[in-house]
Amino acid sequence: MSQSTNSTAGEPVIRLKDVHKTYFTGELDVKAVQGVTIDIHKGEFVALMGASGSGKSTMMNILGCLDRVTKGDYLLDGIDVSELDRDELADIRNEKIGFVFQGFNLLARTSALENVELPMLYSRHKTYDDREEKATKALELVGLGNRLDHTPNRLSGGQQQRVAIARALVNDPALILADEPTGNLDSKTSIEIMGVFQKLNEQGITIVMVTHELDIAQYTKRNIVMRDGRVVTDKLVTNRLMAEEELQKLKVASEAIQMIPS
Amino acid sequence: MRFFAAFRIAFRALLRNKMRAVLTMLGVIFGVGADITTVSLGDGARVMVQQQIATMGENVMLIFAGDFRRGGVSFGSGSSSALTMEDVEAIRREVQGVRNVSPEVSTSRQIIAGGMNTSTSITGASPEYFAIRSWTLKDGAFFTDQDVTTAAKVAVIGATASKNLFEGGDAVGQVVRVSMGGSSGGGSIPFTIIGELNAKGASAGSFRDYDDCLIIPYTTAMKRLLNTTSLRGINLQTETMEVMPMVGTQLTNLLRQTHRISGGRPDDFTIRSQDELATAMSSTQETMQYLLGGVAIVSLLVGGIGIMNIMLVSVTERTREIGIRMALGARPRDVLLQFLIEAVTLSCTGGVLGIGLGMLASKILTQVKNWPTLTSPEAIMYSFAFSVIVGIFFGFYPARKAAQLDPIDALRYE
Ligand SMILES: Nc1ncnc2c1ncn2[C@@H]1O[C@H](COP(=O)(O)OP(=O)(O)OP(=O)(O)O)[C@@H](O)[C@H]1O
Ligand SMILES: [Mg+2]
Repeated sequence: MSQSTNSTAGEPVIRLKDVHKTYFTGELDVKAVQGVTIDIHKGEFVALMGASGSGKSTMMNILGCLDRVTKGDYLLDGIDVSELDRDELADIRNEKIGFVFQGFNLLARTSALENVELPMLYSRHKTYDDREEKATKALELVGLGNRLDHTPNRLSGGQQQRVAIARALVNDPALILADEPTGNLDSKTSIEIMGVFQKLNEQGITIVMVTHELDIAQYTKRNIVMRDGRVVTDKLVTNRLMAEEELQKLKVASEAIQMIPS
Repeated sequence: MRFFAAFRIAFRALLRNKMRAVLTMLGVIFGVGADITTVSLGDGARVMVQQQIATMGENVMLIFAGDFRRGGVSFGSGSSSALTMEDVEAIRREVQGVRNVSPEVSTSRQIIAGGMNTSTSITGASPEYFAIRSWTLKDGAFFTDQDVTTAAKVAVIGATASKNLFEGGDAVGQVVRVSMGGSSGGGSIPFTIIGELNAKGASAGSFRDYDDCLIIPYTTAMKRLLNTTSLRGINLQTETMEVMPMVGTQLTNLLRQTHRISGGRPDDFTIRSQDELATAMSSTQETMQYLLGGVAIVSLLVGGIGIMNIMLVSVTERTREIGIRMALGARPRDVLLQFLIEAVTLSCTGGVLGIGLGMLASKILTQVKNWPTLTSPEAIMYSFAFSVIVGIFFGFYPARKAAQLDPIDALRYE
């Protein structure tokens, strides 16, 4: 009976209860996150915002099961992450989460295609007979179908970022965590990437992304603003932008510019 | 993760640093190379000794002058003149269980026939010698007791000596001249060849070619060639293998008595049976092999430490890569496997190259030095297995270090 109410109300994918993260460095303890409590439900599309150093990446690392909380609880799909061992955490990262790092973190001297194949290589419960095909599709989705065999040092910053995004979504994760996925992209490409995220989100994938740009945050459904490790604003997006429409507008605008006689 | 994928990752990582990989492998290459070479030498020598013993004859016992047991192992250089024909006669008369007895004197001389000349080993013996040493005739006949009595100038020639002198032509009936040696002013004595022996062969890479010989009556050899009354040794053939120890005891008692050796004094002769000879020979081989094998193991250990060192460097260098792999879902054991496979790949490749090197070295030793070598499949398998073990053993610590990294720390590593 509680099962049925849960499914309708939606058990949160992410539940943070008074989460703290303190970095114990030599002299000074850095309190990067100090008491964050939020629920994020399935199908949400959240922009995590805030000034530099406000604790966004720290939060993302915790959400991505890469780092552990100092205090508080993190329930992922109802599972207390702090009780999992290293293998179980690895499996969760592999199967449930797609992570786009702030610094891309691509394997050097390894082609775009192979970078994207990596998560499938470590998949334990699913076996992929079509790794190359799936990786190619993911790269095509982010507009890199023609750069499959390029190594990271032969890709621009924006292209590397898109490889990182392709890698995050190739395993069909339920949750995508992206730390400034549009940080290195021009506005048109940024909107295209937001289009990709919106499409994935429509398919039911929960997305949490960090961004500094207010207009990019407008493409999401919910904005959370942090300051000094605390959540200061948490509101739903009212005038949501849709990537497809915006791209259409851009196209019309550029055509209009071309029509102006010089 | 599939094993194959792990192998591919390991190979790629190694190919990225070819020079380093090769230098790292050197230790293992030389270790395994040395191992294969020593084992090949040892096996080759062992097989050769076995062949020599086998060609010697059946149930053979040898008596040398001098006590070699006390002076360490050495063969065929009896300088003491303790053995005489009287000993041979006494053995014939008194020792039970002996089928054949023959005295033996030997020398090495220049022999000439027609325009050809060759240096060959000359053995003086009684007719029983042919039976004891299992010589068979290809042509002609053995000399007889009559020839011994008359100290006839007749000879039975071995296959190699015959080939050297007559180049495949008929030897029987020919006359060869045997030089008298330096001391007697360089004259020579004619011998008529009355028999030619079948080749014993089986002496590839051996110390000596048994077929390069001339066998003559011992009387002729002692009186006409060597001018001596002492024997180099006595050859015996026992009736069965079982009686050998009993014959040995009888021989010792008899010879001590005839040589008047009292109570506590040591023998002035040495009795060896065929299998004793085999053991003595192979025990020298074994000592040698242990020594060289030790060298091989030390160099393999050094090679292993080299691998460990490079793997530790590699883990540090690739900390970030490890972090990325873990962030994407690699379990600690996937990382462990990756680095372990890398280490094993290094040591195995080194092992395979080392096996090649060892086989090459063995071939060269056989070709250039004429040392017998034999590279057995077992030796190759053991060497390969050993290099795998070296890889696992020395690769484990670095691999575990990699596997125990914390993903977030590894990702932040600069
Ligand atoms: N490994 C660490 N050790 C010590 N302090 C750290 C560590 N990582 C982050 N911090 C500190 O924690 C605070 C939050 O850092 P975080 O990286 O989460 O910020 P951010 O919001 O992602 O900033 P940016 O927008 O610049 O990426 C900062 O003050 C930072 O100096
Ligand atoms: Mg950050």
